[in-house]
Amino acid sequence: MLALETIELTKDYRLGFWRNRVKRALDRLNLKVEAGEVFGLLGPNGAGKTTTLKLLFRLIFPTSGTARILGRQLDDLSLHFRIAYLPENPSVYEHLTAQEFLNYIASLFGLSGGERRRRLGQLIDQLGLAASRNVPLGKFSKGMIQRVGIAQALVNDPEVLFLDEPMSGLDPLGRREVRELILRLKELRKTVFFSTHILADAETLCDRVGVLHHGRLQGCGELNKILCLGVSSTELFLEGPSAEVMAELKPYASSVVRTGERVRLEVPEESEVQKALEIILRGRTKLISANPVKRSLEDYFLQKVGAGAVEEWKSQGVEESRK
Amino acid sequence: MRVATIAFHTFKESVRQKVLYNLVAFALLLIGAAVLFGSISVGVEQIILINLGLTSISVFGLLIAIFIGIDLVSKEIDRRTIYNILSKPVSRPEFILGKYLGLLLTLLVNTAIMTLGFYAALFYQKRALRLDDLVFLGAVYFILLQLAMVVGIAVVFSCISTPVLSAVYTFCLYVIGNFSSDLRAFGQETRSALLGTVSDVLYYCLPNFGDFNVITQVAHAERIPGYLWLGNSLYALLYIAILLGMAVLIFEEREFR
Repeated sequence: MLALETIELTKDYRLGFWRNRVKRALDRLNLKVEAGEVFGLLGPNGAGKTTTLKLLFRLIFPTSGTARILGRQLDDLSLHFRIAYLPENPSVYEHLTAQEFLNYIASLFGLSGGERRRRLGQLIDQLGLAASRNVPLGKFSKGMIQRVGIAQALVNDPEVLFLDEPMSGLDPLGRREVRELILRLKELRKTVFFSTHILADAETLCDRVGVLHHGRLQGCGELNKILCLGVSSTELFLEGPSAEVMAELKPYASSVVRTGERVRLEVPEESEVQKALEIILRGRTKLISANPVKRSLEDYFLQKVGAGAVEEWKSQGVEESRK
Repeated sequence: MRVATIAFHTFKESVRQKVLYNLVAFALLLIGAAVLFGSISVGVEQIILINLGLTSISVFGLLIAIFIGIDLVSKEIDRRTIYNILSKPVSRPEFILGKYLGLLLTLLVNTAIMTLGFYAALFYQKRALRLDDLVFLGAVYFILLQLAMVVGIAVVFSCISTPVLSAVYTFCLYVIGNFSSDLRAFGQETRSALLGTVSDVLYYCLPNFGDFNVITQVAHAERIPGYLWLGNSLYALLYIAILLGMAVLIFEEREFR
Protein backbone atom coordinates (compact mmCIF):
# COMPACT_ATOMS: atom_id res chain seq x y z
CA MET A 1 0.00 0.00 0.00
CA LEU A 2 1.19 3.48 -0.79
CA ALA A 3 1.65 5.82 2.16
CA LEU A 4 2.19 8.79 -0.11
CA GLU A 5 1.78 9.50 -3.77
CA THR A 6 2.32 12.87 -5.40
CA ILE A 7 1.28 13.39 -9.00
CA GLU A 8 2.80 16.28 -10.92
CA LEU A 9 2.67 18.35 -7.73
CA THR A 10 3.64 21.92 -8.57
CA LYS A 11 3.81 25.12 -6.58
CA ASP A 12 4.45 28.60 -7.98
CA TYR A 13 4.85 31.68 -5.80
CA ARG A 14 3.94 35.08 -7.14
CA LEU A 15 6.47 37.66 -6.05
CA GLY A 16 6.95 41.42 -6.28
CA PHE A 17 4.67 44.34 -5.51
CA TRP A 18 2.40 43.56 -8.45
CA ARG A 19 2.81 39.82 -7.89
CA ASN A 20 3.81 39.48 -11.52
CA ARG A 21 7.05 37.55 -10.98
CA VAL A 22 6.60 33.82 -10.75
CA LYS A 23 8.98 31.61 -8.82
CA ARG A 24 8.50 27.88 -9.16
CA ALA A 25 9.18 26.33 -5.75
CA LEU A 26 8.16 22.81 -6.71
CA ASP A 27 8.12 21.48 -10.23
CA ARG A 28 5.95 18.49 -11.17
CA LEU A 29 6.90 16.27 -8.26
CA ASN A 30 6.08 12.62 -8.81
CA LEU A 31 6.84 10.53 -5.78
CA LYS A 32 5.69 7.24 -4.31
CA VAL A 33 6.42 6.13 -0.78
CA GLU A 34 5.43 2.68 0.40
CA ALA A 35 3.89 2.09 3.82
CA GLY A 36 6.49 1.17 6.42
CA GLU A 37 9.29 2.91 4.60
CA VAL A 38 11.67 5.52 5.94
CA PHE A 39 12.01 7.98 3.09
CA GLY A 40 14.45 10.88 3.08
CA LEU A 41 13.84 13.93 0.94
CA LEU A 42 17.26 15.44 0.45
CA GLY A 43 18.36 18.74 -0.92
CA PRO A 44 19.95 22.03 0.01
CA ASN A 45 17.98 24.88 1.58
CA GLY A 46 15.50 26.28 -0.91
CA ALA A 47 15.26 23.01 -2.81
CA GLY A 48 11.51 22.71 -2.17
CA LYS A 49 11.47 20.24 0.74
CA THR A 50 9.45 22.39 3.14
CA THR A 51 7.17 23.45 0.29
CA THR A 52 6.42 19.78 -0.38
CA LEU A 53 5.52 19.12 3.25
CA LYS A 54 3.39 22.25 3.55
CA LEU A 55 1.51 21.24 0.42
CA LEU A 56 0.79 17.84 1.91
CA PHE A 57 -0.75 19.47 4.99
CA ARG A 58 -2.60 22.11 2.96
CA LEU A 59 -0.79 24.95 4.69
CA ILE A 60 -0.22 26.14 1.13
CA PHE A 61 -2.12 25.06 -1.97
CA PRO A 62 -0.72 23.52 -5.16
CA THR A 63 -0.67 25.49 -8.40
CA SER A 64 -1.31 22.20 -10.19
CA GLY A 65 -1.04 18.50 -9.55
CA THR A 66 -2.31 16.48 -6.65
CA ALA A 67 -1.27 14.14 -3.87
CA ARG A 68 -2.73 11.31 -1.82
CA ILE A 69 -1.75 10.09 1.61
CA LEU A 70 -2.80 6.55 2.57
CA GLY A 71 -4.94 6.58 -0.56
CA ARG A 72 -6.97 9.61 0.55
CA GLN A 73 -7.22 13.10 -0.86
CA LEU A 74 -5.46 15.79 1.15
CA ASP A 75 -8.64 17.72 1.94
CA ASP A 76 -10.04 14.72 3.79
CA LEU A 77 -9.82 15.96 7.39
CA SER A 78 -10.20 12.47 8.87
CA LEU A 79 -6.80 11.71 7.32
CA HIS A 80 -5.22 13.91 9.99
CA PHE A 81 -6.11 11.34 12.65
CA ARG A 82 -3.64 8.94 10.98
CA ILE A 83 -0.77 11.25 10.06
CA ALA A 84 1.50 13.74 11.81
CA TYR A 85 3.65 16.71 10.94
CA LEU A 86 6.70 18.16 12.62
CA PRO A 87 7.39 21.60 11.14
CA GLU A 88 10.94 22.87 10.70
CA ASN A 89 11.99 24.68 13.90
CA PRO A 90 8.64 24.03 15.56
CA SER A 91 6.91 26.84 17.42
CA VAL A 92 4.99 26.38 20.62
CA TYR A 93 2.86 28.48 22.95
CA GLU A 94 5.38 30.00 25.30
CA HIS A 95 2.92 30.53 28.14
CA LEU A 96 2.03 26.84 28.29
CA THR A 97 4.02 24.09 29.97
CA ALA A 98 5.01 21.01 27.97
CA GLN A 99 2.28 19.06 29.74
CA GLU A 100 -0.38 21.69 28.98
CA PHE A 101 0.69 22.00 25.34
CA LEU A 102 0.59 18.27 24.73
CA ASN A 103 -2.70 18.07 26.58
CA TYR A 104 -4.14 20.71 24.26
CA ILE A 105 -2.94 18.83 21.19
CA ALA A 106 -4.32 15.54 22.54
CA SER A 107 -7.70 17.23 23.13
CA LEU A 108 -7.83 18.17 19.44
CA PHE A 109 -7.78 14.45 18.67
CA GLY A 110 -10.63 13.92 21.09
CA LEU A 111 -8.65 11.54 23.31
CA SER A 112 -10.49 10.72 26.51
CA GLY A 113 -9.03 11.74 29.88
CA GLY A 114 -7.52 8.38 30.78
CA GLU A 115 -6.20 7.67 27.30
CA ARG A 116 -4.73 11.17 27.15
CA ARG A 117 -2.93 10.80 30.46
CA ARG A 118 -1.51 7.42 29.46
CA ARG A 119 -0.34 8.61 26.04
CA LEU A 120 1.18 11.85 27.32
CA GLY A 121 2.93 10.04 30.17
CA GLN A 122 4.49 7.67 27.63
CA LEU A 123 5.62 10.45 25.31
CA ILE A 124 6.98 12.65 28.07
CA ASP A 125 9.11 9.78 29.36
CA GLN A 126 10.13 8.63 25.88
CA LEU A 127 11.35 12.09 24.86
CA GLY A 128 13.09 12.94 28.12
CA LEU A 129 10.67 15.71 29.09
CA ALA A 130 9.70 14.37 32.51
CA ALA A 131 11.88 16.74 34.53
CA SER A 132 10.63 19.84 32.75
CA ARG A 133 7.01 18.89 32.06
CA ASN A 134 5.73 21.76 34.24
CA VAL A 135 8.16 24.42 33.00
CA PRO A 136 6.73 27.08 30.63
CA LEU A 137 7.84 26.36 27.06
CA GLY A 138 9.14 29.93 26.78
CA LYS A 139 12.03 28.84 29.00
CA PHE A 140 12.93 25.77 26.92
CA SER A 141 16.13 25.50 24.83
CA LYS A 142 15.91 24.96 21.07
CA GLY A 143 16.69 21.27 21.48
CA MET A 144 14.00 20.83 24.12
CA ILE A 145 11.46 22.63 21.92
CA GLN A 146 12.34 20.17 19.14
CA ARG A 147 11.57 17.29 21.51
CA VAL A 148 8.22 18.85 22.39
CA GLY A 149 7.59 19.28 18.66
CA ILE A 150 8.28 15.60 18.10
CA ALA A 151 6.07 14.68 21.05
CA GLN A 152 3.13 16.65 19.63
CA ALA A 153 3.61 14.83 16.33
CA LEU A 154 3.36 11.47 18.09
CA VAL A 155 0.32 12.22 20.24
CA ASN A 156 -2.12 10.44 17.91
CA ASP A 157 0.17 7.43 17.35
CA PRO A 158 0.24 8.21 13.60
CA GLU A 159 0.72 5.72 10.79
CA VAL A 160 2.67 8.19 8.67
CA LEU A 161 4.97 10.88 10.05
CA PHE A 162 6.19 13.84 8.06
CA LEU A 163 9.20 15.42 9.71
CA ASP A 164 10.75 18.60 8.38
CA GLU A 165 14.44 18.71 9.31
CA PRO A 166 13.86 16.73 12.54
CA MET A 167 17.53 16.95 13.63
CA SER A 168 17.72 20.68 13.13
CA GLY A 169 18.98 22.54 16.18
CA LEU A 170 19.79 19.43 18.16
CA ASP A 171 23.11 18.70 19.84
CA PRO A 172 24.87 15.41 18.96
CA LEU A 173 23.12 13.60 21.80
CA GLY A 174 19.75 14.94 20.74
CA ARG A 175 20.40 13.93 17.13
CA ARG A 176 21.23 10.45 18.21
CA GLU A 177 18.05 10.23 20.25
CA VAL A 178 15.94 11.36 17.28
CA ARG A 179 17.72 8.87 15.03
CA GLU A 180 16.96 6.10 17.52
CA LEU A 181 13.36 7.27 17.72
CA ILE A 182 12.96 7.10 13.95
CA LEU A 183 14.46 3.62 13.94
CA ARG A 184 12.02 2.57 16.69
CA LEU A 185 9.15 3.96 14.59
CA LYS A 186 10.43 1.94 11.67
CA GLU A 187 10.39 -1.21 13.80
CA LEU A 188 6.77 -0.42 14.59
CA ARG A 189 6.11 -0.39 10.82
CA LYS A 190 5.37 3.33 10.75
CA THR A 191 6.08 5.29 7.61
CA VAL A 192 8.50 8.14 8.17
CA PHE A 193 8.96 10.79 5.51
CA PHE A 194 11.57 13.31 6.52
CA SER A 195 13.42 16.11 4.87
CA THR A 196 17.02 16.87 5.60
CA HIS A 197 20.08 18.47 4.11
CA ILE A 198 22.37 16.42 6.31
CA LEU A 199 23.55 13.34 4.43
CA ALA A 200 24.75 11.39 7.43
CA ASP A 201 21.20 11.36 8.85
CA ALA A 202 19.79 10.03 5.60
CA GLU A 203 22.52 7.37 5.27
CA THR A 204 21.79 6.08 8.76
CA LEU A 205 18.02 6.00 8.56
CA CYS A 206 16.53 5.84 5.09
CA ASP A 207 15.30 2.92 3.03
CA ARG A 208 14.92 5.22 0.07
CA VAL A 209 15.90 8.77 -0.72
CA GLY A 210 14.83 11.39 -3.21
CA VAL A 211 17.04 14.28 -4.21
CA LEU A 212 15.32 17.58 -4.70
CA HIS A 213 17.07 20.57 -6.22
CA HIS A 214 15.59 23.85 -7.41
CA GLY A 215 12.14 22.34 -6.94
CA ARG A 216 12.79 19.31 -9.15
CA LEU A 217 13.18 15.71 -8.16
CA GLN A 218 16.60 14.89 -9.57
CA GLY A 219 16.68 11.27 -8.53
CA CYS A 220 15.02 8.74 -6.30
CA GLY A 221 16.03 5.27 -5.26
CA GLU A 222 16.78 2.70 -2.61
CA LEU A 223 19.68 3.74 -0.44
CA ASN A 224 21.16 0.21 -0.43
CA LYS A 225 21.30 0.16 -4.20
CA ILE A 226 22.65 3.69 -4.43
CA LEU A 227 25.45 2.93 -1.97
CA CYS A 228 26.26 -0.66 -2.97
CA LEU A 229 25.96 -0.61 -6.71
CA GLY A 230 28.83 1.74 -7.11
CA VAL A 231 31.98 0.31 -5.52
CA SER A 232 34.22 3.01 -6.90
CA SER A 233 37.62 1.65 -5.73
CA THR A 234 39.38 -0.46 -3.10
CA GLU A 235 41.51 1.05 -0.35
CA LEU A 236 44.47 -0.86 1.02
CA PHE A 237 46.17 0.00 4.31
CA LEU A 238 49.78 -1.21 4.63
CA GLU A 239 52.34 -0.93 7.40
CA GLY A 240 56.01 -0.24 6.65
CA PRO A 241 56.19 -1.22 2.98
CA SER A 242 59.64 -1.18 1.41
CA ALA A 243 60.55 1.29 -1.33
CA GLU A 244 60.61 -1.59 -3.87
CA VAL A 245 57.08 -2.73 -3.00
CA MET A 246 55.83 0.84 -3.21
CA ALA A 247 57.48 1.31 -6.62
CA GLU A 248 55.73 -1.83 -7.87
CA LEU A 249 52.34 -0.80 -6.45
CA LYS A 250 52.39 2.77 -7.66
CA PRO A 251 51.14 2.08 -11.25
CA TYR A 252 47.97 0.41 -9.87
CA ALA A 253 47.11 3.16 -7.33
CA SER A 254 45.14 6.31 -8.01
CA SER A 255 46.32 7.86 -4.74
CA VAL A 256 48.97 7.12 -2.15
CA VAL A 257 48.90 8.75 1.29
CA ARG A 258 51.65 8.07 3.82
CA THR A 259 51.04 8.72 7.55
CA GLY A 260 54.13 7.69 9.54
CA GLU A 261 54.69 4.01 8.92
CA ARG A 262 51.24 3.54 7.47
CA VAL A 263 50.37 3.88 3.79
CA ARG A 264 46.91 4.18 2.26
CA LEU A 265 46.59 3.13 -1.38
CA GLU A 266 43.49 3.52 -3.48
CA VAL A 267 43.18 1.03 -6.35
CA PRO A 268 40.44 2.12 -8.77
CA GLU A 269 40.24 -0.98 -10.97
CA GLU A 270 38.74 -4.08 -9.39
CA SER A 271 40.79 -6.34 -11.70
CA GLU A 272 44.04 -4.83 -10.44
CA VAL A 273 43.32 -5.33 -6.76
CA GLN A 274 44.39 -9.00 -7.05
CA LYS A 275 47.73 -8.00 -8.64
CA ALA A 276 48.35 -5.37 -5.94
CA LEU A 277 47.65 -7.95 -3.22
CA GLU A 278 50.12 -10.39 -4.84
CA ILE A 279 52.86 -7.71 -4.79
CA ILE A 280 52.13 -6.99 -1.12
CA LEU A 281 52.31 -10.68 -0.18
CA ARG A 282 55.45 -11.27 -2.23
CA GLY A 283 57.16 -8.30 -0.56
CA ARG A 284 56.15 -9.67 2.89
CA THR A 285 54.47 -6.37 3.69
CA LYS A 286 51.95 -6.19 6.52
CA LEU A 287 48.43 -5.65 5.11
CA ILE A 288 46.21 -3.99 7.75
CA SER A 289 43.00 -3.87 5.78
CA ALA A 290 41.50 -4.02 2.28
CA ASN A 291 38.12 -2.30 1.94
CA PRO A 292 35.87 -1.59 -1.01
CA VAL A 293 35.17 2.15 -1.18
CA LYS A 294 31.45 2.45 -1.64
CA ARG A 295 29.72 5.20 -3.43
CA SER A 296 28.43 7.79 -0.98
CA LEU A 297 25.23 9.80 -1.02
CA GLU A 298 27.39 12.79 -1.77
CA ASP A 299 28.59 11.08 -4.95
CA TYR A 300 24.99 10.27 -5.85
CA PHE A 301 24.01 13.87 -5.30
CA LEU A 302 26.99 15.09 -7.33
CA GLN A 303 25.90 12.88 -10.20
CA LYS A 304 22.33 14.17 -9.98
CA VAL A 305 22.81 17.87 -9.51
CA GLY A 306 26.41 18.80 -10.21
CA ALA A 307 29.44 19.92 -8.23
CA GLY A 308 28.19 23.44 -7.52
CA ALA A 309 25.22 22.12 -5.62
CA VAL A 310 27.43 19.81 -3.57
CA GLU A 311 29.60 22.73 -2.48
CA GLU A 312 26.44 24.61 -1.55
CA TRP A 313 25.21 21.60 0.37
CA LYS A 314 28.52 21.10 2.17
CA SER A 315 28.61 24.71 3.29
CA GLN A 316 25.11 24.30 4.73
CA GLY A 317 26.19 21.13 6.47
CA VAL A 318 29.09 22.96 8.08
CA GLU A 319 26.79 25.74 9.21
CA GLU A 320 24.37 23.21 10.61
CA SER A 321 27.06 21.40 12.59
CA ARG A 322 28.25 24.75 13.99
CA LYS A 323 24.77 25.43 15.31
CA MET B 1 -15.69 19.59 20.69
CA ARG B 2 -12.58 20.82 18.85
CA VAL B 3 -14.09 24.31 18.70
CA ALA B 4 -14.56 24.20 22.48
CA THR B 5 -10.96 23.00 22.95
CA ILE B 6 -9.59 25.87 20.86
CA ALA B 7 -11.93 28.35 22.59
CA PHE B 8 -10.82 27.22 26.03
CA HIS B 9 -7.16 27.39 25.00
CA THR B 10 -7.67 30.90 23.61
CA PHE B 11 -9.36 31.93 26.85
CA LYS B 12 -6.43 30.54 28.86
CA GLU B 13 -3.96 32.34 26.60
CA SER B 14 -5.87 35.62 26.92
CA VAL B 15 -6.17 35.57 30.68
CA ARG B 16 -2.42 35.16 30.96
CA GLN B 17 -1.81 38.46 29.20
CA LYS B 18 -0.79 41.19 31.61
CA VAL B 19 -2.48 43.88 29.53
CA LEU B 20 -5.82 42.34 30.45
CA TYR B 21 -5.28 42.76 34.18
CA ASN B 22 -4.06 46.33 33.71
CA LEU B 23 -7.19 47.22 31.76
CA VAL B 24 -9.56 45.57 34.23
CA ALA B 25 -7.73 47.25 37.14
CA PHE B 26 -8.02 50.64 35.43
CA ALA B 27 -11.71 50.07 34.75
CA LEU B 28 -12.35 49.16 38.41
CA LEU B 29 -10.34 52.18 39.50
CA LEU B 30 -12.45 54.44 37.31
CA ILE B 31 -15.68 52.91 38.59
CA GLY B 32 -14.39 53.53 42.13
CA ALA B 33 -13.53 57.11 41.17
CA ALA B 34 -17.11 57.54 39.90
CA VAL B 35 -18.26 57.30 43.54
CA LEU B 36 -15.95 60.18 44.33
CA PHE B 37 -17.16 62.28 41.37
CA GLY B 38 -20.74 61.54 42.39
CA SER B 39 -20.15 62.72 45.93
CA ILE B 40 -19.14 66.18 44.71
CA SER B 41 -22.08 66.45 42.32
CA VAL B 42 -25.06 67.46 44.41
CA GLY B 43 -28.33 65.78 43.43
CA VAL B 44 -27.00 63.74 40.51
CA GLU B 45 -24.61 61.45 42.37
CA GLN B 46 -26.24 58.30 41.12
CA ILE B 47 -26.50 59.47 37.49
CA ILE B 48 -22.80 60.36 37.46
CA LEU B 49 -21.87 56.99 38.93
CA ILE B 50 -24.04 55.05 36.48
CA ASN B 51 -22.85 57.01 33.45
CA LEU B 52 -19.18 56.86 34.35
CA GLY B 53 -19.35 53.26 35.56
CA LEU B 54 -21.09 51.85 32.51
CA THR B 55 -18.96 53.97 30.14
CA SER B 56 -15.84 52.56 31.82
CA ILE B 57 -17.11 49.03 31.23
CA SER B 58 -17.78 49.90 27.59
CA VAL B 59 -14.44 51.67 26.90
CA PHE B 60 -12.25 49.17 28.68
CA GLY B 61 -14.18 46.30 27.15
CA LEU B 62 -13.50 47.84 23.78
CA LEU B 63 -9.78 48.17 24.55
CA ILE B 64 -9.62 44.54 25.68
CA ALA B 65 -11.51 43.41 22.56
CA ILE B 66 -9.15 45.31 20.26
CA PHE B 67 -5.85 44.59 22.05
CA ILE B 68 -6.46 40.88 22.35
CA GLY B 69 -8.69 40.42 19.30
CA ILE B 70 -6.18 41.73 16.76
CA ASP B 71 -3.56 39.26 17.96
CA LEU B 72 -5.98 36.42 17.85
CA VAL B 73 -5.13 34.95 14.47
CA SER B 74 -2.09 36.96 13.37
CA LYS B 75 -0.01 35.85 16.36
CA GLU B 76 -0.68 32.21 15.56
CA ILE B 77 0.48 32.84 11.98
CA ASP B 78 3.51 34.98 12.88
CA ARG B 79 4.74 32.51 15.49
CA ARG B 80 3.86 29.58 13.23
CA THR B 81 2.02 27.84 16.06
CA ILE B 82 -0.84 27.49 13.60
CA TYR B 83 1.11 24.68 11.87
CA ASN B 84 0.63 22.57 15.01
CA ILE B 85 -3.12 23.10 14.92
CA LEU B 86 -3.98 22.90 11.22
CA SER B 87 -1.95 19.72 10.83
CA LYS B 88 -4.37 18.11 13.30
CA PRO B 89 -7.97 17.16 12.47
CA VAL B 90 -9.03 20.80 12.78
CA SER B 91 -10.70 22.61 9.89
CA ARG B 92 -10.04 26.27 9.28
CA PRO B 93 -13.62 27.33 10.12
CA GLU B 94 -13.35 25.42 13.42
CA PHE B 95 -10.13 27.27 14.18
CA ILE B 96 -11.66 30.71 13.53
CA LEU B 97 -14.83 29.90 15.46
CA GLY B 98 -12.83 28.51 18.40
CA LYS B 99 -10.63 31.59 18.50
CA TYR B 100 -13.64 33.88 18.36
CA LEU B 101 -15.54 32.08 21.11
CA GLY B 102 -12.41 32.00 23.29
CA LEU B 103 -12.08 35.74 23.16
CA LEU B 104 -15.78 36.18 23.71
CA LEU B 105 -15.47 34.10 26.86
CA THR B 106 -12.58 36.33 27.99
CA LEU B 107 -14.72 39.41 27.44
CA LEU B 108 -17.66 37.86 29.21
CA VAL B 109 -15.59 37.09 32.31
CA ASN B 110 -13.97 40.54 32.31
CA THR B 111 -17.24 42.33 31.79
CA ALA B 112 -18.71 40.29 34.62
CA ILE B 113 -15.87 41.38 36.92
CA MET B 114 -16.28 45.03 35.89
CA THR B 115 -20.05 44.78 36.36
CA LEU B 116 -19.54 43.37 39.86
CA GLY B 117 -17.26 46.34 40.55
CA PHE B 118 -19.94 48.66 39.25
CA TYR B 119 -22.66 47.18 41.47
CA ALA B 120 -20.27 47.28 44.44
CA ALA B 121 -19.76 51.00 43.82
CA LEU B 122 -23.53 51.46 43.49
CA PHE B 123 -24.10 49.60 46.76
CA TYR B 124 -21.45 51.73 48.47
CA GLN B 125 -23.21 54.89 47.33
CA LYS B 126 -26.82 53.86 47.98
CA ARG B 127 -26.12 51.55 50.91
CA ALA B 128 -28.64 49.18 49.33
CA LEU B 129 -29.50 47.54 46.02
CA ARG B 130 -33.04 47.21 44.68
CA LEU B 131 -34.60 45.02 42.06
CA ASP B 132 -34.91 48.09 39.81
CA ASP B 133 -31.13 48.25 39.66
CA LEU B 134 -31.13 45.15 37.47
CA VAL B 135 -32.02 47.49 34.59
CA PHE B 136 -28.32 48.34 34.35
CA LEU B 137 -27.67 44.75 33.29
CA GLY B 138 -29.55 45.60 30.10
CA ALA B 139 -26.97 48.26 29.29
CA VAL B 140 -24.20 45.78 30.10
CA TYR B 141 -25.84 43.23 27.78
CA PHE B 142 -25.86 45.77 24.94
CA ILE B 143 -22.22 46.60 25.66
CA LEU B 144 -21.43 42.90 25.39
CA LEU B 145 -23.26 42.67 22.07
CA GLN B 146 -21.18 45.60 20.78
CA LEU B 147 -17.99 43.97 22.00
CA ALA B 148 -18.94 40.70 20.32
CA MET B 149 -19.28 42.60 17.05
CA VAL B 150 -15.99 44.43 17.61
CA VAL B 151 -14.22 41.10 18.19
CA GLY B 152 -15.74 39.83 14.93
CA ILE B 153 -14.36 42.87 13.10
CA ALA B 154 -10.96 42.36 14.77
CA VAL B 155 -10.92 38.72 13.68
CA VAL B 156 -11.63 39.68 10.05
CA PHE B 157 -8.83 42.25 10.02
CA SER B 158 -6.54 39.88 11.91
CA CYS B 159 -6.87 37.42 9.00
CA ILE B 160 -5.73 39.93 6.39
CA SER B 161 -3.53 42.50 8.08
CA THR B 162 -0.81 43.19 10.62
CA PRO B 163 -1.80 43.57 14.29
CA VAL B 164 -1.17 47.36 14.36
CA LEU B 165 -3.18 48.04 11.21
CA SER B 166 -5.90 45.68 12.40
CA ALA B 167 -6.17 47.67 15.64
CA VAL B 168 -6.40 50.95 13.74
CA TYR B 169 -9.02 49.63 11.30
CA THR B 170 -11.11 48.06 14.06
CA PHE B 171 -11.03 51.20 16.17
CA CYS B 172 -11.93 53.39 13.17
CA LEU B 173 -14.83 51.11 12.31
CA TYR B 174 -16.03 51.25 15.90
CA VAL B 175 -15.97 55.05 15.88
CA ILE B 176 -17.70 55.25 12.47
CA GLY B 177 -20.22 52.66 13.66
CA ASN B 178 -21.26 54.98 16.47
CA PHE B 179 -22.08 57.70 13.96
CA SER B 180 -23.50 55.63 11.08
CA SER B 181 -27.01 57.12 11.59
CA ASP B 182 -25.50 60.61 11.32
CA LEU B 183 -23.70 59.51 8.17
CA ARG B 184 -26.99 58.47 6.60
CA ALA B 185 -28.68 61.69 7.70
CA PHE B 186 -25.81 63.67 6.17
CA GLY B 187 -26.27 61.84 2.83
CA GLN B 188 -29.97 62.66 2.81
CA GLU B 189 -29.32 66.29 3.72
CA THR B 190 -27.03 66.84 0.73
CA ARG B 191 -29.96 66.21 -1.70
CA SER B 192 -27.53 64.50 -4.06
CA ALA B 193 -28.86 61.15 -5.28
CA LEU B 194 -25.36 59.69 -5.53
CA LEU B 195 -24.32 60.78 -2.05
CA GLY B 196 -27.65 59.62 -0.71
CA THR B 197 -27.14 56.15 -2.20
CA VAL B 198 -23.54 55.97 -1.01
CA SER B 199 -24.50 56.97 2.52
CA ASP B 200 -27.35 54.44 2.47
CA VAL B 201 -25.01 51.65 1.36
CA LEU B 202 -22.50 52.63 4.04
CA TYR B 203 -25.25 52.78 6.64
CA TYR B 204 -26.33 49.22 5.90
CA CYS B 205 -22.81 47.82 5.53
CA LEU B 206 -21.09 49.49 8.46
CA PRO B 207 -21.94 48.34 11.96
CA ASN B 208 -24.53 50.48 13.65
CA PHE B 209 -23.50 50.83 17.28
CA GLY B 210 -25.68 53.86 17.92
CA ASP B 211 -28.71 51.82 18.98
CA PHE B 212 -26.65 49.85 21.47
CA ASN B 213 -25.87 52.81 23.66
CA VAL B 214 -28.56 52.96 26.31
CA ILE B 215 -26.38 54.18 29.16
CA THR B 216 -28.04 57.62 29.38
CA GLN B 217 -31.50 56.03 29.29
CA VAL B 218 -30.84 53.62 32.14
CA ALA B 219 -29.04 56.30 34.15
CA HIS B 220 -32.29 58.27 34.06
CA ALA B 221 -34.26 55.19 35.09
CA GLU B 222 -35.89 54.78 31.68
CA ARG B 223 -36.82 51.27 30.68
CA ILE B 224 -35.26 49.68 27.60
CA PRO B 225 -38.06 49.06 25.08
CA GLY B 226 -38.72 45.46 24.09
CA TYR B 227 -38.14 46.02 20.38
CA LEU B 228 -34.59 47.23 21.17
CA TRP B 229 -33.81 44.01 23.07
CA LEU B 230 -34.96 41.88 20.19
CA GLY B 231 -33.73 44.13 17.36
CA ASN B 232 -30.25 44.62 18.81
CA SER B 233 -29.85 40.93 19.61
CA LEU B 234 -30.86 39.81 16.11
CA TYR B 235 -28.82 42.55 14.45
CA ALA B 236 -25.69 41.62 16.45
CA LEU B 237 -26.21 37.92 15.74
CA LEU B 238 -26.60 38.49 12.02
CA TYR B 239 -23.69 40.91 11.82
CA ILE B 240 -21.41 38.54 13.75
CA ALA B 241 -22.44 35.64 11.49
CA ILE B 242 -21.55 37.71 8.40
CA LEU B 243 -18.22 38.80 9.93
CA LEU B 244 -17.27 35.24 10.87
CA GLY B 245 -18.34 34.04 7.42
CA MET B 246 -16.04 36.63 5.86
CA ALA B 247 -13.19 35.68 8.21
CA VAL B 248 -13.63 32.00 7.30
CA LEU B 249 -13.71 32.74 3.55
CA ILE B 250 -10.50 34.80 3.81
CA PHE B 251 -8.86 32.25 6.07
CA GLU B 252 -9.77 29.30 3.83
CA GLU B 253 -7.76 30.86 1.01
CA ARG B 254 -4.86 31.96 3.17
CA GLU B 255 -1.46 30.33 2.61
CA PHE B 256 1.06 29.94 5.41
CA ARG B 257 4.45 30.22 3.79
